[in-house]
Amino acid sequence: MNSEPLIRIEGLTKQFSISRGKNLRKAKFTAVNNVSFDINKGEVFGLVGESGCGKSTLALLTLRLMEPSGGAVYYKGRNIFDLKYNAMRVIRRDLQIVFQDPYDSLDPRFNLQQIMEEPFIIQKQGSRRERSERIAQLLDAVGLGTQLLNRYPHQLSGGQRQRLCIARSLALSPEFLVCDEAVASLDVSIQAQIINLLLDLKEEFGLTYMFISHNLAVVKFVSDRVGVMYFGNLVELADKENLFGNVQHPYTAALLSAVPDPFGAGKRRDVLRSGVPSLIDPPGGCVFHPRCKYATERCSREAPCLRDIGGGHLVACHRAGIMNGEVK
Amino acid sequence: MKTILKNKFIVIGGGIILVIALISVFAPLLTDYDYGKVDLPNKHLPPSLTHLMGTDLYGRDVWCRVAYGGRISLTVAIGAMAVALVCGTLIGTFAGFVRGWAGFVLDRINDVMMAFPMLLLALIIGVVLGPSLNTMFFSIGIPCIPMFYRVARATTMSISERSYVLAARSMGSRRWRIIFRHVIPNVLPHILVIMSSAMGGAILAESSLGFLGFGIPQPTPSWGLIVNEGKTFMFTYPWTTAFSGAIIALTILGFNLLGDGLRDHMDPKIRNSPGR
Amino acid sequence: MEDKHLLEIRDLHVSFPMGRETVRAVNGVSLTLEKGESLGVVGESGCGKSVTFSAVMRLLSSPPAVINGEILLNGRDIMKLTEKQMQKVRGKEISMIFQEPMRSLNPVMLIGKQITEALLLHENMTRAEASERALDLLRFVEIPDAGSRLNSYPHQLSGGLRQRVMIAIALACNPQILLADEPTTALDVTIQAQILDLLKRLQAEAGMSIVMITHDLGVVADIVDKVAVFYAGSVVEQADRETIFGDPKHPYTSGLLKCIPTLGTSAKRLPVIEGNIPNPSDLPEGCAFRTRCRYATDLCRAEKPPQVECGPGHYCMCHYAGQIENLI
Repeated sequence: MNSEPLIRIEGLTKQFSISRGKNLRKAKFTAVNNVSFDINKGEVFGLVGESGCGKSTLALLTLRLMEPSGGAVYYKGRNIFDLKYNAMRVIRRDLQIVFQDPYDSLDPRFNLQQIMEEPFIIQKQGSRRERSERIAQLLDAVGLGTQLLNRYPHQLSGGQRQRLCIARSLALSPEFLVCDEAVASLDVSIQAQIINLLLDLKEEFGLTYMFISHNLAVVKFVSDRVGVMYFGNLVELADKENLFGNVQHPYTAALLSAVPDPFGAGKRRDVLRSGVPSLIDPPGGCVFHPRCKYATERCSREAPCLRDIGGGHLVACHRAGIMNGEVK
Repeated sequence: MKTILKNKFIVIGGGIILVIALISVFAPLLTDYDYGKVDLPNKHLPPSLTHLMGTDLYGRDVWCRVAYGGRISLTVAIGAMAVALVCGTLIGTFAGFVRGWAGFVLDRINDVMMAFPMLLLALIIGVVLGPSLNTMFFSIGIPCIPMFYRVARATTMSISERSYVLAARSMGSRRWRIIFRHVIPNVLPHILVIMSSAMGGAILAESSLGFLGFGIPQPTPSWGLIVNEGKTFMFTYPWTTAFSGAIIALTILGFNLLGDGLRDHMDPKIRNSPGR
Repeated sequence: MEDKHLLEIRDLHVSFPMGRETVRAVNGVSLTLEKGESLGVVGESGCGKSVTFSAVMRLLSSPPAVINGEILLNGRDIMKLTEKQMQKVRGKEISMIFQEPMRSLNPVMLIGKQITEALLLHENMTRAEASERALDLLRFVEIPDAGSRLNSYPHQLSGGLRQRVMIAIALACNPQILLADEPTTALDVTIQAQILDLLKRLQAEAGMSIVMITHDLGVVADIVDKVAVFYAGSVVEQADRETIFGDPKHPYTSGLLKCIPTLGTSAKRLPVIEGNIPNPSDLPEGCAFRTRCRYATDLCRAEKPPQVECGPGHYCMCHYAGQIENLI
């Protein structure tokens, strides 16, 4: 019996160098800073954070669509960064991704038939008849009909395109699916349909998800456990009830109170001071301390580590516990 | 096939080029005179029933020279464009996809080539390879590579950022497959647009080379050469330059229409919309 | 004798003939806005909300747009004004801010100059006075370090700050109405909260009427007095905020409210509105919502529903308004 997590991310780091323009010296900025967490088979792991927090970079690293500056990603116990090209190609069948912009994810020159066949052609799977059958099954599973097969992406609506992207990502029978803001560009009524679809597919095919979004309410609805990222760092991680009901990190608290709630009008908001820090010149110590109302001198000196405060609830904060679990 | 024929631009543009090409191929059947024979007493005759386009400064029938001239001009233009397009697109796409040091070096080589005066470069290549028809493909084609390279590279760089390329990678697609299945088909429309406009330049470049003595040896005519010959007499006996200039213009129009039509045909959005 | 509304839109129709098809963007929209009131305009893509207010600002070029109806500002029909007269209205009486501040600000012009440009155009001021006022405006919108920001370029500011600059420019000449078209959609949640607070302050302190156009019902719940819900170019429901959220009468409004996950949602699946958003060039006959409405009858196909008053200030465009049990 395997109690090992499906995906283990350990110390994953990614730095980019950018030229500063004025001087030729290149500056480094850290998009993902020493992030570690596990994803268990069958769960939906939600990853939430605002723009620039590194969640999309993390997604690409997890699938080895980008090489890391440090750290490892273990899939079923093997570090995917150690795999040679051909071995990685085989593993890729198990690790798939759905992107945010369904229009951008589809080659405008390919019709649906070609789009759906592509995974099979690339991986050299299945005879022609087997492929046709499988394609029909997949389209049915996502709610599209085979009569659409000779259409082109521009002839479909946004919701239909995203369904197509989902069907394509399931073609190779993956185990793990990353949804990188998969519903963010959709209209609200369509978003609900796709969220339900993703959950249904997970049950039907026994999938494991990493669901990335900036929308806390959606993440809460969909996920089993949730990680919060700020500026490249994982600042809090807990199962759903504990993250939302027993908030420990001041940033998570600020995020929660900033979420507009149609039924909670008039709720007082914990408005954060100033803005997102500079990428090239990050604050010393805890990366959140300049905006944190509970920051102390220690916070500006020493970066906090992610520690377990009980029951698998991880927080990276010197002052965890200060808010007594309530969102003020 | 049917959709291609429905595209008016392809039909008209292709038709023009086909007609002109056929005239060139069947020139001996369509003309009565010897394009090389000098006949000074009959020089500068205006267009008439015996000489449809008149005669030039040496008394040679202009229509005959124009018809045969097509053989050289079309061959050179198409051949040179083929060289430029294939080399420029492949190298440019590679540079745009791979980037890094290889891309950097190729960019600088390209910059140098662009900075070099085109005609001078053509002459140098012509001298090195010796004057002949095949040389023209390279002496005109090579200086045209940079413009294709630039478009191919820029377009490739933007395409390689698109999520569908990332999606293909996530499915385990090899690089070369991505380049040939996703990148190049999306780069080609942009290339086709340039090609049509570059054609005209190629035809005229051929004439400049001929004028300088690095083209096809006399008395074989080419359109550019005929234009040049008639240049001095443009206001007195205009028909030499006028007719050869007109056929160049018509050919360029044909290529432009064909290029636009092909570009539109390759775009599924336009191809499938009604009333095109 | 009619009461003069600050802004009244009467039976506005906007269509774009495109060869064989006609895009019917706005189909008979009637709205009113009073002084000091804020209106939330809600709808998904293609519903006509942005086109309606672009028409109010006379920003649509009239070929190709075909515009019919009246738009009365303080009783005066601004549809009948010449372009020159309209230029005096824009910026001075009505101002508009847009979704992407980077695209609305001139990237090569200093911020201070962009503000003073608006002032010098409409008000009788010297350059020095205009600069003073520009500084005051930047302070009013809470831009830190306002003095040096006057001499910054847009790219030197973050998204949130740019949006504040947009608001400052829009406020420069004290317009009576501020139209905000998805002003916070491109911003992070925490920054969005700050901008919404600023808009609330504006309303309270300056007595300005605000029209908030958005697809996000949560944003609307926070700052508006009344709400108009758009679908397929018509206003399917309008009422004050409490009524829309507490007692909606149109199946679309209630469907929309139910399908959005909030932090309080506890269901396993979201209740969805089936079907796709209709194409404005191919709207269903009769009621445009009937293809997705579980209560639709033959009457809904035969006739476009009239605007029915189901309560004080509460209008609903449905044949069965008020008659459907257990709508929410």
